[in-house]
Amino acid sequence: MQPGEIEKIELELFLEAIYQRYGYDFRNYARASVHRRAQHILANSGHQHLSELIPLLLHDEVFALQAIYDFSITVTEMFRDPNFYQAVRQTVVPYLHTYPFIKIWVAGCATGEEVYSLAILLKEEGLYDRTTIYATDFNETALKKAAEGIYPLKDVQQYTSNYQKSGKTGSLSTYYHAEYNSAIIDASLKANITFAHHNLVTDSVFSEVQVVFCRNVLIYFDRSLQDKVLTTLANSLSRGGFLCLGTKESLEFSTVYDQFKPADLEERIYQKRTG
Amino acid sequence: MYETRYAAVVIGASAGGTRALQQIFPCLPASFPLPIVIVQHLHPLQDGLALIHCKDTTAIKVKDADEKEALLPGAAYFAPPNYHLLIEADHTLSLSIDPKVNYSRPSIDVLFESAANVYGPRLVAILLTGANNDGAQGLAFIKKKGGLTIVQDPQSAEFAVMPASALQVTQPDLLLHLDEIGPWLAALGTKE
Repeated sequence: MQPGEIEKIELELFLEAIYQRYGYDFRNYARASVHRRAQHILANSGHQHLSELIPLLLHDEVFALQAIYDFSITVTEMFRDPNFYQAVRQTVVPYLHTYPFIKIWVAGCATGEEVYSLAILLKEEGLYDRTTIYATDFNETALKKAAEGIYPLKDVQQYTSNYQKSGKTGSLSTYYHAEYNSAIIDASLKANITFAHHNLVTDSVFSEVQVVFCRNVLIYFDRSLQDKVLTTLANSLSRGGFLCLGTKESLEFSTVYDQFKPADLEERIYQKRTG
Repeated sequence: MYETRYAAVVIGASAGGTRALQQIFPCLPASFPLPIVIVQHLHPLQDGLALIHCKDTTAIKVKDADEKEALLPGAAYFAPPNYHLLIEADHTLSLSIDPKVNYSRPSIDVLFESAANVYGPRLVAILLTGANNDGAQGLAFIKKKGGLTIVQDPQSAEFAVMPASALQVTQPDLLLHLDEIGPWLAALGTKE
C-alpha cells in the first residue's frame, strides 16, 4: 500500500472520530481542503501521523474542540465582492421594502464580517429597524468572534475600499470606532442580530425567512452535501425570497435548481419561485 | 493521440507572471494533452488580466476555475481572485476561503501541495517570476512526491525572488530560461 493510501485511511478515521465523538460531520467535505487542514493540525501537534491524534480527539476534550474549531475556520472580509452588495441593493432591497417585517438568515456566518456588511446595507436602505438577522455557525469560536464584532484595524483599509465600491457614498467609519489596534462594530448594528449555533450539515430549518445569505460555505462540501444543505436553505425561504450564494457557487447542478429563477446570475442571487 | 507519463501541469507565478505566461501560452497547441492549473497572484487592480491576456495568445482553452469543475486536457484553469484553488482526488477543482498562506490567496503552495497529493510522479510543476516566496515549499513537496519540477532561471525572471527562493529549498529537475519553458511544454508527450 502506498503512503498516500495509508494517509487517506487515517483521514477517514480522523473524521469519523470527530463525528462519532462530537457530532461534527466533516465526512462529506471536499477532501483537498480537509486534508490540508488536518495536516496543519498535525504539524502543530508535534505528532508524525494523523492517526496519533485520534486518541486525543476521543479523550482530550480541550484538544479536540480546539482542533475542530481550527479545522473549520474560514476568513472573509466586510463587503467581500462589492459588486454582490450592489446587486443586493438593486435586486433584493426593493422586494424587502414590500414587507412590514423581514427575517434574514446568514447561514455559516463565520466571524461575522458579512453579517455586519448586510446590517450596514439594511441601515442605509432604511430596512434595518424592521429586520431580524439570524446569524448562525456551528463553530463556537467563530460565532463568539462574530458576536463581539471586533476586527483588526489593519484589515479595515481593505473593508473600506470594498465598501466604497458597494454602491453607497457614506463612510464605513460611521459604523465602528477604533480602539488600540481594533475596529469595534457599533452596538446599534448588533441590536437586531441574533447569533446562534446551527450546523448546516446536521441541523434543519428553524424559521421561515425572506433572504438567505450562504456565501462561500458550499464550496467546502461535496455534491451530495451541497444538495442536502441547499434543500434546507430552499425550505427555509418564503415564496419569492432570495438565496444569495458566493460568486463561485451555483445552483446549476443541484436538485433545488427548479425551485428558483436567477435574479442576478453573475452575482449568484436566486429568487424562489412563487408557483 | 500521443502518450505522456504526465497527467497534469501546475504553474505558479506572481509579479511579472502575466508577461511570462504570455510568452509561454502561444507555444501550446490546441492538442496539448494535459490540463494546466495556474495560480497567478494578481495585484488587486488587475483582477483577471492574466487570464484575459493569455486567452488571446493561445490555442488552448483558458478560463477561471469553477468549483467541482472536471479537469480536461488542453485547457488552462486560473485560480479566481481571493480563493485558494485545490485539486481533488477525482481530478476536479475545489476552492476555499481558508486563511491566506504566505500572505497570499490564492496561494501557490496550496495548489502545489494538493496537486502533488493527487498526481504524485505524474505531475509537472513550473514556478515562474515573483517577488515573494510562495510556491517554494509546494515545489519541494512535489519533488518529494516524485513530480517533475521546473524553475524559471532567476536570471531570466522579471522578479527573481520567487524562483530564487525555491532554489534555496529544493533542487528542481530543470532550471529553464523563460524562452525555453513554452517549447519544452509544447514538446511534452510529442516525442516520448
